[in-house]
Amino acid sequence: MPEYLPPGTYFMQGNKALTEAAVTAGCRFFAGYPITPASEIAEHLATRLPQVGGVMVQMEDEIASLASVIGASWAGAKSMTATSGPGFSLMQENIGYAFMTETPCVIVDVQRAGPSTGQATKAGQGDVMQARWGTHGDFASIVLAPNSVQEMFDLTIRAFNLAEEYRTPVILLSDEITSHMREQITVPPVDQVVIRERVPPVDGEEFFGGALVPPMPSVGEGFNLAVTGSTHNESGIRFTADAKVHSTLVSRLVRKIEDAARKLMDCETYNVERCDVGFVSFGCTSRAVYEAVEMLEKQGINVGSVRLKTIWPFPEKCIHDLAEKARVVIVPEMNLKQIFYEVQRIVNGAAEVVPVNKIGGGEMVTPEELCFVAKESVEKL
Amino acid sequence: MRTEIRFAGFGGQGIIRSGLILSMAACIYGDKNAVQTQSYGPESRGGSCRSEVVIADDEIDYPKVDDPDIVVLMSEEAHRKYMGLTKKGAVILVDPDMVTARENSEKNVYPVPASKIAKELGKAIIANVVMLGALTSITRIVTDEAMKKAVLRNVPKGTEELNLKALRKGFDYGKLLLKGRHRKEG
Repeated sequence: MPEYLPPGTYFMQGNKALTEAAVTAGCRFFAGYPITPASEIAEHLATRLPQVGGVMVQMEDEIASLASVIGASWAGAKSMTATSGPGFSLMQENIGYAFMTETPCVIVDVQRAGPSTGQATKAGQGDVMQARWGTHGDFASIVLAPNSVQEMFDLTIRAFNLAEEYRTPVILLSDEITSHMREQITVPPVDQVVIRERVPPVDGEEFFGGALVPPMPSVGEGFNLAVTGSTHNESGIRFTADAKVHSTLVSRLVRKIEDAARKLMDCETYNVERCDVGFVSFGCTSRAVYEAVEMLEKQGINVGSVRLKTIWPFPEKCIHDLAEKARVVIVPEMNLKQIFYEVQRIVNGAAEVVPVNKIGGGEMVTPEELCFVAKESVEKL
Repeated sequence: MRTEIRFAGFGGQGIIRSGLILSMAACIYGDKNAVQTQSYGPESRGGSCRSEVVIADDEIDYPKVDDPDIVVLMSEEAHRKYMGLTKKGAVILVDPDMVTARENSEKNVYPVPASKIAKELGKAIIANVVMLGALTSITRIVTDEAMKKAVLRNVPKGTEELNLKALRKGFDYGKLLLKGRHRKEG
C-alpha cells in the first residue's frame, strides 16, 4: 500500500473512505474503542497509520480514547477518534476539555439507535443535540454531516482543516447507513487536496488569547506551556475565581465559532427560490429526499430542498431563504424532532413546519412517505 | 432503470459479501452504478442478516431497497420474513435445503440447492458463490465475465480455483433451471 490512496474511482465503504481521507488530511494518531457501527474506522487505521508513520491505539474505553487524542494533538500530531452514541456520551467530558484547551482534533460519531445501548446495529440520527449541547458549560461546536461515501471522504478532510483553522474539536456526525454503505467514490490526487497545517507561535506570542484563534505550540517546544481545563488567562495560567478571566476566555471560545457561522455554513440547496414545498434534511435521510423531489416534480409539485452539510453552527440563512418562498417546510429525520425545533425557530411562523420522524430498526424515511406528506401538505394550502 | 436486489440469510453465510460482489460486478466490472447497504444483528454469526444492492444506469439517490426485483433467500427465517413481502413479478432464488416451507406457486421462485452443491465441492461456505452464479444466469443483471472478476477480487488467496468452480456450477444450474422453465412453458 502506498502512503496515499492513488487517485481514481473506487467502490468503497463509507467508514473506509473516512480513514483514507484522515490519512490524506495528515492524521497520524488514532485512539478508540470498538463499537458498531464505527469499528471499521479503527480497524482500517490499525493497518493504515503504521504504514505512514502514525500510531493507532485501542484504549480501555472512550473516555481514555479522547483523552489520548487530546494528548497526541498537543504533542503535535493531527489526531482523531471514532465512536457511536454510547461512546460519544462517554466522550462529552473530554469534548469540553478539548474545547476549553483549544485542542484541534476530530471526533467521529457514527449514529445508531439510542438512547443507551438501544439498537446497536441499526441507524439513527438522534445525536444531533448531543453534538451541540452534550458537554457542560458554555460551548459552541462545529458539526459536519456527510450523506454519501464521497462526502465521508470530503468532509473528513474539511473536519481536519477546520479543527486546525479554529483550534477546536470538530465532530463528524455520520450514521450507520452512510458509514456502512458502499458506493463509488472519486479520490483526488493528494497534491490537489487543500490541507491546513498548524501554525506554531513565535516567542512572546500568546497562545490562549490575544488573537481570536491563537497559534498553538506543542509540548516540548518551550513557551512554558501549561494546558488546563480550568479557566486560564492568555498565557495558560489558572484563574479559578476571577470573573473577568473566565468571561474573556469562554466568550472568545464561543465567539470564534459563532462569528465564523457564515463561513462554516455549508448547505446543498435545490430550487429554494421558487418552491411551494421545501425539505430540510441531513445525513442518510437526505438520500430519500432526493428521490422524493424527483417523484414530486413528475407530479407537478413545485418542490425545493436544503441539505445541511454543516449542522452546527446551525445554517440559519439557508433556512431563512427557504422559508421566504416555501409555504410548507418538511423536516424528515431519524429521531424525534431534533432538527425540527431548530427549523421552527428560524422559520418563525413564515411557513408551516411539518416533522416526519422515524426511529428504530434502522428503517429510513422512504421517498414514498415523503411524497405522501408533501402532497397532503399542499392540498391543505 | 433501477433494479433492487435483496440477499437474506444468517450471519456467516457471506450474505453481505454477496451484495458486495454483485455491486462490484455491476459498477467496477460493468458500466452501471451500484450502492450496497446492509442490515445485521449484534451477533456476528447466526443472527439474521440482510444485504441490499441497488443497480442503476443513472446516479442512485435513495440507497435502500424497499421493493426488490430480485431476492435471494438462504435461511428459514429469511424465507419467513421476506417471501410474503416480495412482489409477484420478482425473481426469487431460494436454497431449498435451508428452508422447510413449501414453495409459493404464485411467485416466480427458482430453487437453487447452493449449500448442497457447495458441500459437494468440499466447502459449505462457498454456497453464496454458487448462488451468485445462478443469479447471474437467471437474471443477466451482470455479465458472467464481470461476475467472475468480482468474485476473484473478493476471495482469499489460494481459494480462487474453488470459488471459480463454485461460480461455474452456479452458472450451469441457473441455465438448467431456465431451460426447464422454458420447456414447461413451451
